[in-house]
Amino acid sequence: MESVEVLVAHIQGLSRSPDEVSHLHSLLKQSEDALRSHASRLAPFLSQLDPSIHTLGYLFLLEAYSSGSISGEEASGFLLTVVEFINSCSAEQIQLAPEKFISVCKSFKDQVMQLGVPMQGIAPLWMAVRKLQTSTEQLTTLHSDYLLLCLLAKCYKAGLSILDDDIFEVDHPRDHFLYCYYGGMINIGLKRFEKALACLHNVVTAPMTTLNAICVEAYKKYILVSLILNGQVPSFPKYTSSAAHRNLKNYTQPYVDLANFYASGKFSELEACIQTNQEKFLSDSNLGLVKQVLSSLYKRNIQRLTQTYLTLSLQDIANVAQLNNPKEAEMHVLQMIQDGEIFATINQKDGMVSFHEDPEQYKSCRMTEHIDFSIQRLMALSKKLSSLDDNLSCDPQYLSKVGKERQKFDFDEFDSVSHKFM
Amino acid sequence: MAGFEKQLSAPLRKGIAEEAMEGDDEAFDGAPMGNEEMFSNGGDIDDPRHTPISTLGKAGASGGGELMDVEAYASLYTGRTKVVRLLFIAKRCGNEAMQLEALRMAHDEIKKGEDTQLYHEVTARIGDRLGPQYALDQTWADIVDRRAEHRKEKLENEFNSYKTNMIKESIRMGYNDIADFYYAHGQLGDAFKNYVRTRDYCTTSKHIIQMCLNVILVSIELEQFMHVSNYVSKAEQTPEQLDPIMNSKLRCAAGLAYLETKKYKLAARKFLETGIELGNNYTDVIAPQDVAIYGGLCALASFDRTELKNKVIDNINFSNFLELVPEVRELINDFYASHYASCLEYLENLKPNLLLDIHLHDHIEMLYTEIRHKAIIQYTLPFISVELHTMAGAFKTSVAGLEKELEALITENKIQARIDSHNKILYARHADQRNATFQRVLQTGVEFERDVRAMLLRANLIKHESIMKSARKL
Repeated sequence: MESVEVLVAHIQGLSRSPDEVSHLHSLLKQSEDALRSHASRLAPFLSQLDPSIHTLGYLFLLEAYSSGSISGEEASGFLLTVVEFINSCSAEQIQLAPEKFISVCKSFKDQVMQLGVPMQGIAPLWMAVRKLQTSTEQLTTLHSDYLLLCLLAKCYKAGLSILDDDIFEVDHPRDHFLYCYYGGMINIGLKRFEKALACLHNVVTAPMTTLNAICVEAYKKYILVSLILNGQVPSFPKYTSSAAHRNLKNYTQPYVDLANFYASGKFSELEACIQTNQEKFLSDSNLGLVKQVLSSLYKRNIQRLTQTYLTLSLQDIANVAQLNNPKEAEMHVLQMIQDGEIFATINQKDGMVSFHEDPEQYKSCRMTEHIDFSIQRLMALSKKLSSLDDNLSCDPQYLSKVGKERQKFDFDEFDSVSHKFM
Repeated sequence: MAGFEKQLSAPLRKGIAEEAMEGDDEAFDGAPMGNEEMFSNGGDIDDPRHTPISTLGKAGASGGGELMDVEAYASLYTGRTKVVRLLFIAKRCGNEAMQLEALRMAHDEIKKGEDTQLYHEVTARIGDRLGPQYALDQTWADIVDRRAEHRKEKLENEFNSYKTNMIKESIRMGYNDIADFYYAHGQLGDAFKNYVRTRDYCTTSKHIIQMCLNVILVSIELEQFMHVSNYVSKAEQTPEQLDPIMNSKLRCAAGLAYLETKKYKLAARKFLETGIELGNNYTDVIAPQDVAIYGGLCALASFDRTELKNKVIDNINFSNFLELVPEVRELINDFYASHYASCLEYLENLKPNLLLDIHLHDHIEMLYTEIRHKAIIQYTLPFISVELHTMAGAFKTSVAGLEKELEALITENKIQARIDSHNKILYARHADQRNATFQRVLQTGVEFERDVRAMLLRANLIKHESIMKSARKL
């Protein structure tokens, strides 16, 4: 206990300026093991420290505390402590020991899940993510934990604020996979299918040498979402890793079959396929999505009709879309009109549906604003792209590689690459 | 009006005069039509214009009226192709009398030759239906076989002596004779091999051309049309100028090859370039009537309007061929003049006989569908709105069936129109360019953004050397 008290005194003393803090840091690192051995008895010491000023010290103590097992009664106390800490800690001091912070948050998350109250963990973890990030474009390990909690608590909207940030820097690949996968699931829950598709696409096409389970699961959902959205599954783009390219289809056979039946357009065949594979879909928890795929087949058939007909009787629609009677057809068409998927009017007297063109004239202010906004965004994006390209061309590793591959002609020739790099 | 009438023979003007009263014959006015009289042509079959054809034996009346005159048809051909065609007719036609007629003629033709294999086949097919004269005459077969054996030995001996003498010309002739022998006896594979062997010993262009023609003949019967095309191009590459008959023969052969490989446009071009000098010089492969039919149908199915006018209707050379089959000429003119009902009727009449043609039978369906689709598309082209009832009348089909056909064509984007199923009207529809452009632009923006974001992310992943280790195996 002696050493701990001494340590606490140090912490209280050395948390004023950045130099002191770095000194403190080294001290703390040396006493890590000591702290761990006293793990269970650290709780009272925590109350002596102020998290906002003594963040680093507090963090080390907290981490040592949480690394030990936490009993049931202590659990809620632990949760409160962590929440308070996260809310009041200082971000700069955390940056000095990010792994410790991450490990604290992870044990926090585990506790929350164990106690079955994921919703309590959402707000604190959001704060934690924001404090850990050096910029909004960085992906931390906590992102995926945060999204996991949102999913478990079914608070999808909460996940949106994090998801809407564009991520360009990734520290660990596993974070990326989990993040995109959970992100895809949240978007599916919110019915933002395009965004979900983009997320899942990132998982499937990420660089990897061997296949992993996250990728397989993501591919299954990817097939289902692209069927709902586009009616077909696109083939792998050429930047997909060869591991994914070769092996993904083998592990997701029922889904590939589903896609094939969907392409044939026959409702009964699709239903039969779903029936046969029902347990597999259920065990993957994809049955809900599969049902959505089924109903999207109707929609697609009806949408095709809008391309060919100006007016069509409900009976004919029912025949073409393989529905049972005109009433059902009317219901489907009504639903589609409400969702904005087709533009039509139903004439109940004649039992006819008239299809109209998309009334969007692209003349309104709103549309002009939208276009302008898109242009701005894209310009920023391409600027980013060209700056990345510039940085890369100045990179010494790249230059040395390029220089090596050049043939050595006469030295009279103008060399754009300095000889130093050859 | 006057210019249009000149193209038709006199009897037709009677029918046309009725339509002339409705104004323009080609483009009907914008309002939906309701004039039934326009479609009255082609109804009467006893028109005098049909008589010139009866000598051909291909006059088909609607239904099962006048059947093909097998004898007249067979008289157009010589050699093996005559037998093959007769056997094909016997196999395919449903009519017993015609079948027996064909088999009888085949039998007579085979007996003039030396192919015992075919002989056995024919007599087996005849059975005993034609009496004892046409039953299997084994003695004749044996005599022929023995004779063949002797001849073969003699040829081989001669050939060996030529070989030892090492005179190119005699070796070539030796191979040729052997090949001819095999051909006469129906062993086409061996004949082909030997004809090809003469190639190394050909010295003059004449030899080469002769060799090519022989190979082409055998390949056509063996249905190896790759070889036909190859050897046609070989023959055309000889430095010496070919005489027009030879040219025509090669064009026909090339056309046949294209036809069988389903390249209808190219086939049509080749047939249309065939000179009338062909005459009866290539009857061991093709008759001039066939040139007209194949060329006409393929052109109709694959040419657009300008090409049809320039290359077929105004083609003086080809009109000589069309004289031999006036029906094809009529139907092409009808199509060009938008008399679709009559055109389609001619086609239907020709169909049963064309199904008995060895080269055309499996392409008929495709060609007919193409022609029908072209007719429908051409019909709808000048209008903003078309009443489906009148259109169905023009094409002699039901409104429901027509609707289905139109739906298929619209889905394939061949017609720019929309169907008003309630009032049964087809409205032309032209895409709004401005809206389409805006839509495409926004779509491109979205895709660009998505792709670049993903790419930057991936670049970052690779940069951190973050590639999954095999510890993460499934």
